[in-house]
Amino acid sequence: MGLTTLVSMLASFSVFAQEAGIDERINLAVKPFADAVAGAVFSSFPVAGVQIPFVLVWLIVAATIFTFYFNFINLRAFKHGFQLVRGDYHDPKAAGEVTHFQALATALSGTVGLGNIAGVAVAVSLGGPGATFWMILAGFLGMSSKFTECTLGVKYRRELPDGTVSGGPMYYLTRGLAEKGANFAKLGKVLAVLFAIFCVGGSFGGGNMFQANQSFAQLVNVTGGEAGWLADKGWLFGLIIAALVGLVIMGGIRGIARVTSKIVPFMAVIYVLAGLAIILMNFSAVPAAFMAIINGAFSPEGIGGGVIGVLFQGFKRAAFSNEAGVGSAAIAHSAVQTNRPVTEGFVALYEPFVDTIVVCTITALVIIITGTWDPSVDPSAGVQLTSKAFETTFAWFPYVLTVAVLLFAFSTMISWSYYGLKAWTFLFGENRVTDLSYKILFLFFVVLGSSMQLGSVIDFSDAMIFAMAFPNLLGCYFLLPVVKKELDEYWADYKAGRLVKTGDA
Amino acid sequence: MVGVDGSNCGGRALEYAVEHARISGAKLYVAYVIEWSPFSFSTVQENMERHKRREEELKRANSEIIDPIVAKLRAEDLDAEGLVRHGDVADTLHTLAKENGVTNIIVGRQGTSKLKAHVFGSVGSHLVQGAECAVTVVP
Repeated sequence: MGLTTLVSMLASFSVFAQEAGIDERINLAVKPFADAVAGAVFSSFPVAGVQIPFVLVWLIVAATIFTFYFNFINLRAFKHGFQLVRGDYHDPKAAGEVTHFQALATALSGTVGLGNIAGVAVAVSLGGPGATFWMILAGFLGMSSKFTECTLGVKYRRELPDGTVSGGPMYYLTRGLAEKGANFAKLGKVLAVLFAIFCVGGSFGGGNMFQANQSFAQLVNVTGGEAGWLADKGWLFGLIIAALVGLVIMGGIRGIARVTSKIVPFMAVIYVLAGLAIILMNFSAVPAAFMAIINGAFSPEGIGGGVIGVLFQGFKRAAFSNEAGVGSAAIAHSAVQTNRPVTEGFVALYEPFVDTIVVCTITALVIIITGTWDPSVDPSAGVQLTSKAFETTFAWFPYVLTVAVLLFAFSTMISWSYYGLKAWTFLFGENRVTDLSYKILFLFFVVLGSSMQLGSVIDFSDAMIFAMAFPNLLGCYFLLPVVKKELDEYWADYKAGRLVKTGDA
Repeated sequence: MVGVDGSNCGGRALEYAVEHARISGAKLYVAYVIEWSPFSFSTVQENMERHKRREEELKRANSEIIDPIVAKLRAEDLDAEGLVRHGDVADTLHTLAKENGVTNIIVGRQGTSKLKAHVFGSVGSHLVQGAECAVTVVP
């Protein structure tokens, strides 16, 4: 039934698409709405002449408070997190369950994506090299937010009677806050509903439209640019991607998702290696690049808003890329098999680390040392700027990048379709009708995203994803003592050597 | 302990093991390993359903492979016990052997070509290389 609906939807769409200028028409119709949503979420106040959105302050303040509250958990649990990922503490009797490694890898495939490629390019072109510094700092602080939300995600997950697991902010906001009394229970419900609404929006925006949009932009880029045949066929690209996503989420063709989930890590490794190769080949330029990053971070020239403007760009792109504090990853991490929720928190530290501190920094360095960075470049160029930077050294790279971008986008869409669906069914109940209606909407937004221009897509995506941070982090503040208790108990066991290591038994 | 996989060569290993258990009067563990790696990549949905799938896999392995064998052996007055676990076949057989104080692991051989065995290795050779007890490979 799902497939027939899909096919008929696609058919009616392609008839509609016969008319000329469909991309432009979709863009015109949706832009005012997208802009309005973005405006509301990014309501800002001026600091030193720059409009700083409140939501960004909210994210950074929370990440900083969590970092201090847990006494720099992002540093002190770093080694132990690695041991957990490596499986040092894996119980052999639990073989066959979701391991820490698998939970982390899955969560990463949902976050490592276009934010690392396109987002960084936007940050560096709007904020200059200095944005990289603030991006890394935001990634570092973001590790503590991830730690908090993922620990909670595991602690308050629901194990359904059929053996499947459901977790994430919806559950810790309701179940966690309910433990604190009747008034908190009410607050928790409100926050959970708000979160779910924004999560559905985020799954349409950053988890979907932004991905479709940027992968299409890169595809146009390598197939002849603006003059190419594909340039005004965004809707067609959207239809194809929608059909593929549809096959996975509606047709239940797991094979595609499974293949993607295996190629994506491989593509990420290629991307990182190519980036490192470029950095090594231009090794003499690296010190200058670092100087540019440091100088640009504290005394930028020619950037609107000075230091605050640069900081804003760096923080914003880091937050969008690693989603720390947003709550999305807590859903993916909650599937892990463990009876100590805090262990997944330690493992989750690696998500912003890999995503922002490693991958984003590599992208930024490549853009800076290849000199592709140019303040006059159109900031909406996004992924094309990154593509150009890599192309200066490896002429073939844009093609590899195109494949990587398509796969990253695809796997991020699959992950987000799941997050969104869970939020949707949390709101509207779990049955075939709600399930199907969400999936159809999701596919519709794929087409929409590839037809719209980047500006409005980016703003709408940002708005929805960032909005999730309001209810999520507010709940996290209330639940900090719960995490603290788990952490202290576990840490005492760890330090006293009371944890069973694999092979010790 | 004998490793079975529901195939012919596993069956030959079982026959051989039964014969020896009967002569020596030793306890016979019948082990089945479900291929699984802790470092594989999967989608969010697969992870969420993993616990359920695992239970199903264990149930199926028990009801379709291990239970009938154990029941048959017990009917023949042999001291038999079934073991099912996820993991890499050779490594898991080692662990199971260690956990249960096994003195001899008996496995069948797939009869893969030399080249294939060279590239991918074979369960038999991995087992022999790392074993802490006697290993018998039944052709």
